[in-house]
Amino acid sequence: MAFQAYGGEGWLLTKLEQLINWGRKRSPWPLPYGTACCGIEMMAALASGYDLARFGAERPSFSPRQADVLIQAGTITKKMVPIFKRIYDQMAEPKWVISMGACACSGGVFRTYSTLQGIDLVVPVDVYVPGCPPRPEGLIYALIKIMEKIEKDHPLRKKAAEIGIGG
Amino acid sequence: MGLKEDVQNTLGELALDFLECQGDLSVTVPKDKIVEVLTKLRDNLGFNFLSDVFGVDNSVFYEKLAKAKAKKKKGEEDKEEEPQGPPPPRFEVVYLLLSLETNKRLAVKIQVPEDDLVVDSVTCLWKAADWPERETFDMFGIRFKGHHNLKRLLMWDEFPAHPLRKDYPLEGQGEERILEYND
Amino acid sequence: MEVRRPTIEDWDNPGDLVTINIGPSHPAMHGTLRVIAQTDGETIVSAEPEIGYLHRGVEKLGEHLTYHQFIPITDRLNYCSAIANNVSYEMAVEKLMGIKVPEKAQVIRMIMMELARIADHIVCIGILGVDLGAFTPFFYLFIQREEIYEIFEWYNGARLTNTFGRIGGVEADLPEDFEERWRKLLPNLKKAIDETDKLLTHNRIWMDRTIGVTAFSPEDALSWGFTGPCLRACGVKRDLRKDEPYCFYDQVDFEIPVGKHGDVFDRYIVRMIEMEESIKIIDQAIKIYKEFPPDAPLMAKVPKIIKPPVGEVYSAIEAPNGELGFWIKSDGSDKPYRIKIRPPCYMVYQAFPELVQGEMIADLIACLSSLNIIAGELDR
Repeated sequence: MAFQAYGGEGWLLTKLEQLINWGRKRSPWPLPYGTACCGIEMMAALASGYDLARFGAERPSFSPRQADVLIQAGTITKKMVPIFKRIYDQMAEPKWVISMGACACSGGVFRTYSTLQGIDLVVPVDVYVPGCPPRPEGLIYALIKIMEKIEKDHPLRKKAAEIGIGG
Repeated sequence: MGLKEDVQNTLGELALDFLECQGDLSVTVPKDKIVEVLTKLRDNLGFNFLSDVFGVDNSVFYEKLAKAKAKKKKGEEDKEEEPQGPPPPRFEVVYLLLSLETNKRLAVKIQVPEDDLVVDSVTCLWKAADWPERETFDMFGIRFKGHHNLKRLLMWDEFPAHPLRKDYPLEGQGEERILEYND
Repeated sequence: MEVRRPTIEDWDNPGDLVTINIGPSHPAMHGTLRVIAQTDGETIVSAEPEIGYLHRGVEKLGEHLTYHQFIPITDRLNYCSAIANNVSYEMAVEKLMGIKVPEKAQVIRMIMMELARIADHIVCIGILGVDLGAFTPFFYLFIQREEIYEIFEWYNGARLTNTFGRIGGVEADLPEDFEERWRKLLPNLKKAIDETDKLLTHNRIWMDRTIGVTAFSPEDALSWGFTGPCLRACGVKRDLRKDEPYCFYDQVDFEIPVGKHGDVFDRYIVRMIEMEESIKIIDQAIKIYKEFPPDAPLMAKVPKIIKPPVGEVYSAIEAPNGELGFWIKSDGSDKPYRIKIRPPCYMVYQAFPELVQGEMIADLIACLSSLNIIAGELDR
């Protein structure tokens, strides 16, 4: 096993993790899943003016298979839940989720029979962006937060723990 | 002007009741004659555009009116007693019509009792009634006879209730949609 | 010939036709729309849209909120032009209560609604371009839309969901240097529209992709309940701003663009001309606005708790997408008994199977974008 030589708190391992994190941090490809009003603000963030591509989110990936960050912009209704869950499941690890807007965070003003009261009921969320809708700056800030989170990640240690070697 | 007279003359006995509110005229017609009425209005009065079709659940409305009446009665006992008829039908289906020539609008209403939730579909007159009728079925459970594809529109197929009925709570009854995938 | 509608069961026994599921998560399906299409080769034999993926229970929610509390909810119907929704709802309540709105407030509403119309059409045309592979107009137009949003934000603090106006008038006067700001925006906006026109209208690829695609006859359009740009593209001259004038639309001079074939190109060109007409309307409205003294009233006398008398009214305005109407039934309490929203694109979208039948799959996307279906008002 290639990982064995680098298990534990080895010097090389730490540096390799940093290298991986550095690569991941600078290219968080988003899956823009705009369902409602927030989708328009997300479009504004992707378009000229705010230009999310400056932060490495250069390629909005419409296929969940090739995306790293799921930007859930807008309401998820109960009718949509199974589909949304499936999209999340289709994304390859590692993956992060931004919950953009009040509806995605908590259901927002729509405390009704057909609205899911927050997407964290069905998928794990990394960053919440409040607002109805949040400004594009809010989304950019959330993406920077994701980048910070990636920086602190330990991909190899996780992998090693997963296959049962190292510390 | 004179829309009410025109409608009265065209429909004759079919016009059961008129309601005028801030210049908006609505006419109540018998439930089983709705296609006949709308055809007459379309061909004779030029109401050739169907704006919308939707349902109303009047159960709470009647309760409130009765309460308000009871309050009034307590104040002035000497007024004559209202005749106690059978309870009015629970649901109402409203058809909003528009005449493209005169720009006049007319609401045609039918009353649908809870034990007979079947209404003739008007998709044969206007295709526009397709989805609104499906939505009315979805939200109130009123069935439209002759509709080619009457199934739920906004909620998923297995949804057990009709959400816009007044006895359905705003926050729902904990329904959840479960989809099974093959892979 | 009776066309069988495809269902989800067709996945298991496709037969000669191929069933294609598009959406609800698909780059070209806006928001949450879904179409199940049966195709023979690349030709669509039948298509069945499925909606409801953004049904948030707005009408039910309205029955549990007071009349004022419902205004912010209307923002979230057609979120591309929230102001038109707000005004439409407010006008319905005002009609129910018999309130006459001060004239100055009406002019402010008119100016803001036309700005919203431009913003809405920009989104529609920008996205139509993106869906057909023309990315540049999207950038050109969105810069100007950003400017319009800045004006909205400057006036009432929100970019998208404005909660503009109150029942009985508007909350604030236009800022002092509004006209100056509009003059500054105007040449850029005109230039952006002009550039888009140059980039697209006579572009060979654009013409091939749009002209004659999903053409619709005026009779069919009326039977299906079309309103707005989609109806005008079919050649029916109908615009509530002219036919049932509200605010000051009968005092300004503007044209209603009318198409001929009702295809994607006509819908596009009708929207392009409407943006120019909107600019004209705003210019004239500012002139009317300036005639009012600065301290002219902006609000009619409205009771603090709104309790309309028992009754029911329907009031509609020409929103960017077509006739947006509110039917409100009041039982005399401070909450509406029933609110029915008549969204324009709901009526347009139900004709989708008929529109795309016999077209190519790629044209389905073009058609969908040109109809400007906004899931928020479609599903409510």
